[in-house]
Amino acid sequence: MKPVEILVVGGGPAGLCAAIQAAEMGSKVLVVDRNRALGGQLIKQTHMFFGSEKQYASTRGFDIAQILLDKIDQMENIEVMTNTTVLGLFEDGVATLEKDGKYIKVKPKAIVVGTGASEKTLAFPNNDLPGIYGAGAVQTLMNEYGIKPGNKVLMIGAGNIGLIVSYQLMQAGVQVEAIVEASPTIGGYLVHASKIRRMGVPIYTKYSIKEAIGTEAVEKAVIWQLDDKWQGISGTEKELEVDIICISVGLSPLSELLWQAGCEMKYLPELSGYVPARDENLQTSVKGIFVAGDVSGVEEASSAMVEGYLAGMSAAAYLGYSLYNTKELREDLLQQLNSLRHGPVGERINKGIASILIQSEAAASTEA
Amino acid sequence: MRIEEHPILNFKRGKKIRFFFNDQEVEGFEGETIAAALHAAGVKSLSHSIENHRPRGLFCAIGNCSSCLMEVNEEPNVRICVEELKDGMKVKTQKGKGDIL
Ligand SMILES: Cc1cc2nc3c(=O)[nH]c(=O)nc-3n(C[C@H](O)[C@H](O)[C@H](O)COP(=O)(O)OP(=O)(O)OC[C@H]3O[C@@H](n4cnc5c(N)ncnc54)[C@H](O)[C@@H]3O)c2cc1C
Repeated sequence: MKPVEILVVGGGPAGLCAAIQAAEMGSKVLVVDRNRALGGQLIKQTHMFFGSEKQYASTRGFDIAQILLDKIDQMENIEVMTNTTVLGLFEDGVATLEKDGKYIKVKPKAIVVGTGASEKTLAFPNNDLPGIYGAGAVQTLMNEYGIKPGNKVLMIGAGNIGLIVSYQLMQAGVQVEAIVEASPTIGGYLVHASKIRRMGVPIYTKYSIKEAIGTEAVEKAVIWQLDDKWQGISGTEKELEVDIICISVGLSPLSELLWQAGCEMKYLPELSGYVPARDENLQTSVKGIFVAGDVSGVEEASSAMVEGYLAGMSAAAYLGYSLYNTKELREDLLQQLNSLRHGPVGERINKGIASILIQSEAAASTEA
Repeated sequence: MRIEEHPILNFKRGKKIRFFFNDQEVEGFEGETIAAALHAAGVKSLSHSIENHRPRGLFCAIGNCSSCLMEVNEEPNVRICVEELKDGMKVKTQKGKGDIL
C-alpha cells in the first residue's frame, strides 16, 4: 500500500488550492484526477471570470488554471496522478484508485474531496438522440479539442452557463438558433444576455423544449411556451432546424465518494443536491475527510478556490502542521467566502450551509 | 468538423495518427480522446441502448454518463470520451452488453 499523507480527490480549482495550501504548511500531498489534464472546469472556460481580484477575476478560466498549475509544479511535496480515478473511499480509511487498468490502494491520513459536480439532464421525448449534449460536453469538444459539435444549436437554459456556452458556440462558428428558459426571467447576468441578444440570438423566457425529432441524430427541436404552472401550452409550438440541442439546466454535486465513506449527507435545493454536513473548517462528519468546491454545494470557481485553501489548511492542521500566521490566513479565507456570498444567490447558499453546519469543536483544530 | 480559426484559442494539435472505426481507416491526432476524433470525423452515433437499440451519442464527455460505450481493441464498454486515442486502435460499435473477456 502506498503511504500518503493527504489525498486530494479531484484537481479542479478546489482540489488544486487545497493541495497548494496543505503543501505550503509542510504536508505531503497526492492529487488525483481522472482527467488527462488538471484544472477541472477551468480548462474549458475561455471567458474572463467574475469574482474578486483575489480569485483572479477578469482572468480567463484556462489562464487561472495555468496560474494554479505553475504553483503546483514548483512544490516538491505535491505528487500528481492524472488519468487516475478514485473508485472508492472505504470506512477503514483506505482509498482505491484505478490507473491504466491497474488497481492501487492508498491509506491517507487525511482526505480532501473536490470532485466537483455533474450536469443535470432534462426529460423530453427523444432526449437520448445523438446531438443532444450537456453544456460541459460541448465545451470540452470545442474548447479543449477544437471540434465543432454541429452547425445549429438550440440552447436550453439561460443561466450563466447557458449564456456563456452560447457565446462560445458562436465563437466556434456555430449558429445559435434560440435560447429557451423555463422561468419567467433570465437567470444569468444581464451583461451576458445583452451581448448575446445584440448578436441576434432570441432568448425565449417561459419556454421549454417539447421534443426532439430525428432518427439517427437530432434533426429538429420543437419548443413551446409554458403556462404559470410550467406546463406546455399547445398551439404555441415552434419548430427549429437544429443538429445540436445543448442542455444547461444546472449541476448537481458529484458526492458518491462521500456517501460511500459514510459522511452524513442531506438534500438541500439551495446547494443543488445531496451535500455533506461539514463544520466551519470544511471537515465532514467523518474525521479526517474534508470537502471543497462544487461537491459541497454548487457555486463558482472563486468560492471553490477559497474553500480549497481552507480545506487544505484544515487537513494539514488536522495532521499537526501549522504556519506562524495560520490563524490570520484562516480569518482572511472566511472573510473572502463571506464577501463572495452576497446578494440573493449568496443568501440562499448561506442559508443552505447554515442548515447543515456541524457545530463541533469548530475552529479548535486550526487554532491549536 | 475541426475548428481552424478561433478568436481566443489556438489549438496545438499533436501528431496525426490513424485508427479504425468499424474497420474503416480514420484520422485523428495524438492527445485527443477517441470521442473527439470520431466527432471530428462526423461520427455521432456511438453506443446503442440494450433493449430498443436506440442510438446514443456523446453526452457528458467526462466519463460519467456511459452514453459513449464502445468496443476498443476488442475490449467492450470503454468510455471513449475519456479514453485517449492511440495509433492503430480498433474502435467498433458494440453489440449488446459485451462479453466478459
Ligand atoms: C460554462 C461555465 C462557466 C463558468 N463561469 C464561471 C465564472 O465566470 N466564474 C466562476 O467563478 N465560476 C464559473 N464557473 C463555475 C466553476 O467552473 C465551477 O464552480 C468550479 O470549476 C468548481 O470547482 P471544483 O474544483 O469544485 O470542481 P471541478 O472544476 O468540476 O473539478 C473537479 C475535478 O475532479 C475530478 N474528479 C471527479 N471525480 C473524480 C474521481 N472519482 N477521481 C478522480 N478525479 C475525479 C474531475 O476530473 C475534475 O477535474 C463556470 C462553470 C461553467 C461550466
